[in-house]
Amino acid sequence: MNTQSSTMPESVETQAAAAVDSVSTRPFCWSLRRELWENRSIYLAPLGVAGVALIGFVPTLVHLPSKVRALSTLDPMQQHDLTERPFDMAAGLLMATFLIVAAFYCLDALYGERRDRSILFWKSLPVSDVTAVLAKAAVPLLVLPLLTFVVTVVTQAIMLLFSGVVLLGSGQSVTPLWNQLSFFRMSLNLLYHLLTVHVLWEAPLYAWLMLASAWARRAPFLWGVLPPFAIGVVEKMLFNTSHFAQMLLDRLTGAGMDALTAPDTMPMNPMTHLTPLRFFGAPGLWLGLLLAAGFLAGAVVLRRYRGPV
Amino acid sequence: MPCVEARGLRKTFGTTIALDAVDLRVDEGRIVGLIGPNGAGKTTALNAILGLTPYQGELRVLGRDPWQERGRLMRDVSFIADVAVLPRWMRVSQALDYVAGVHPRFDRAKAEAFLAKTDIRRASKVRELSKGMVTQLHLALVMAIDAKLLVLDEPTLGLDILYRKQFYDSLLNDYFDRSRTILVTTHQVEELQHVLTDLMFIDRGRIVFQCNMDDFETRYSEVSVLPNQLSAARALSPIFERQVLGRSILLFDHVDRKQLAALGEVRTPGIADLFVAIVGKRAGPAKGAA
Repeated sequence: MNTQSSTMPESVETQAAAAVDSVSTRPFCWSLRRELWENRSIYLAPLGVAGVALIGFVPTLVHLPSKVRALSTLDPMQQHDLTERPFDMAAGLLMATFLIVAAFYCLDALYGERRDRSILFWKSLPVSDVTAVLAKAAVPLLVLPLLTFVVTVVTQAIMLLFSGVVLLGSGQSVTPLWNQLSFFRMSLNLLYHLLTVHVLWEAPLYAWLMLASAWARRAPFLWGVLPPFAIGVVEKMLFNTSHFAQMLLDRLTGAGMDALTAPDTMPMNPMTHLTPLRFFGAPGLWLGLLLAAGFLAGAVVLRRYRGPV
Repeated sequence: MPCVEARGLRKTFGTTIALDAVDLRVDEGRIVGLIGPNGAGKTTALNAILGLTPYQGELRVLGRDPWQERGRLMRDVSFIADVAVLPRWMRVSQALDYVAGVHPRFDRAKAEAFLAKTDIRRASKVRELSKGMVTQLHLALVMAIDAKLLVLDEPTLGLDILYRKQFYDSLLNDYFDRSRTILVTTHQVEELQHVLTDLMFIDRGRIVFQCNMDDFETRYSEVSVLPNQLSAARALSPIFERQVLGRSILLFDHVDRKQLAALGEVRTPGIADLFVAIVGKRAGPAKGAA
C-alpha cells in the first residue's frame, strides 16, 4: 500500500490514505480481547469454581435415589428445597466468584498498566482513553455476568444430567425431579438477577473501584476502600447516623432494590416474582447509573493525565 | 508543513520548570537527535509531542494538537518510549494480533518478516525474552507501521553494543525513507553521529543549540594542538579546551580548516565533545567535570 501510494498523485494518495483508515480496525473489540489475555482469571476462576461445585455435587448424587423416593411424603415447600438446593448453591458459588473477580479486576484495571509502564505502549497506538476505559468497564458489566450465566447454566445442566442418570440407574423415574425443577425458569431468573442486581444496580461500585485504580499511585485497594469507610465514620461521628453505610450495604447485597420479590434469599427460586417495572422505576437505580457514568468519566480523564507510576 | 512545530512550549511541575518557552521545528524527512543531560526536559518535550502530557504554549504535530487529538494522531505517529514497556504477560503472537487489530496502517507481513530474522518465537511471552529481544520485537511492530513520525526515547538504553548497532542499522535500512521523520533522544550520542541529519541540545528546559549535521561538519573543527603552537591556537578563540594524554584539544567554531592545519591534527569533533563544550560550559565547571 505504502510503496504504491508514494508514486500516486496527491489526490489519489489522500484517497488511498482514507481507504487505509477505513480498513476495519476494531479498537474496542481488540481492547476487550487484550483484557481477557491479560486477566485469565476472568474465565479460569468461574470454570474452576464450576468444577469444584460439580465435585461437591457427588455426595448429593449418592443419596439422590433415597431422597427422591421420600419426596412424595414431604410437603411442597420441603420438596422444593430438597431438589433445588444443590442447584442454588452452585449458582451462588459462581456468583460470589464473579463478584470477587470483578472487584479485583477493577482495582487493577487502570493501575497495573501504569505500574508496569505498559501504558506507554498502549498509548502509542490509536486507541483513545475513552475506548480503553470502556473496554475495561465492559469486563465487570458485560463479560463477567454473561460468562457467569453461561457457566452456571452449563454446570446446572450437567448436574441435572447426572441426576437423571443416577435415578434411571437406580430404577426410578426422573419425572418427580423434572417436575420440581423448572430449569428454564431457573435460568431466566438467574439471568435477570445477574443483569439487574449485579450489573445495573452494582455498576457504581465497579466504576468507583476503577476510578480508585486510575487515581492511585500506590495501593489502589486502600483508595478503593478507605474513602467510603471514612465517609461512614465521619457521618457516624457528626450525626450519629449510618445512612451512608446502610446505602453502601444495600448496593453490595442488592437489598432494598425492587428487582424481584423472593420467598427466600435465593433469587433463582422459581417462586420468585420478577418485578422489572418496580426495578426500573426506582430513582436509586438511575442515580446509581449516573454516578457510575461520572466515575468512569473521571477514570478516562485520569488515564489521560496519569503517566507510569 | 513542518512535522513538529512548537512556539513558546512551556511545562511546569509545581515550581520546577521542565520546559521553558521552547521553540522547535522539525521538518519532514529529517532524523533529529534531541540531546541533553538528565532532567533537561527531553522526555517532557517528547511527552508533549506525543500527547501524553498537557502543556502551555503552541504545539502542532503533523498539523494537529497532540493533547486534544492523541487518538487520531497516533495513526500517523509511533513511538518507542523506553525499552521494556511492552506488557510482560503478552505473547509475541498476541502483540502482532493486537497491533494489527487496532492500527489501520500496520503491515503484519512486514513485522513477521523482520521477526523471522531474529530468534524470537511467536509463542514466547515478553517476560521470557531478553532485553535486546524485547527491543527487537518493539522495533518490528513499530517499523511495520506506516507512520509519518517516529519518536524514540532512549530506545537502546541498557542494550549491548551489537543490539544497539543492529537497531540503528535496521532503522536506517529497512524503515527510514525521505518521507518519514524520526525524533530520537539518547545518551549514546557517538553511535548516532552518522545517523542524524539534525542535532538539538536541550538544557534546563531550553533548546540551547541546533544545527544540521552538514553544517556541523563544516562549522566545527577539533584540533589536537602541538605544544609549541598552543598560544597561537588559543589566539583563535577556541570555544572549548580539554587535555587528553598530555595533548591539548581545542574546539573551534567557524575557523578555517586550512588555518588550523598548521597548528596540529584537525578533525570533525564528536557530538559528545560539542555537547560538553556547549552544555557543560553552561552548567559550570563542577558539572562539566562530572
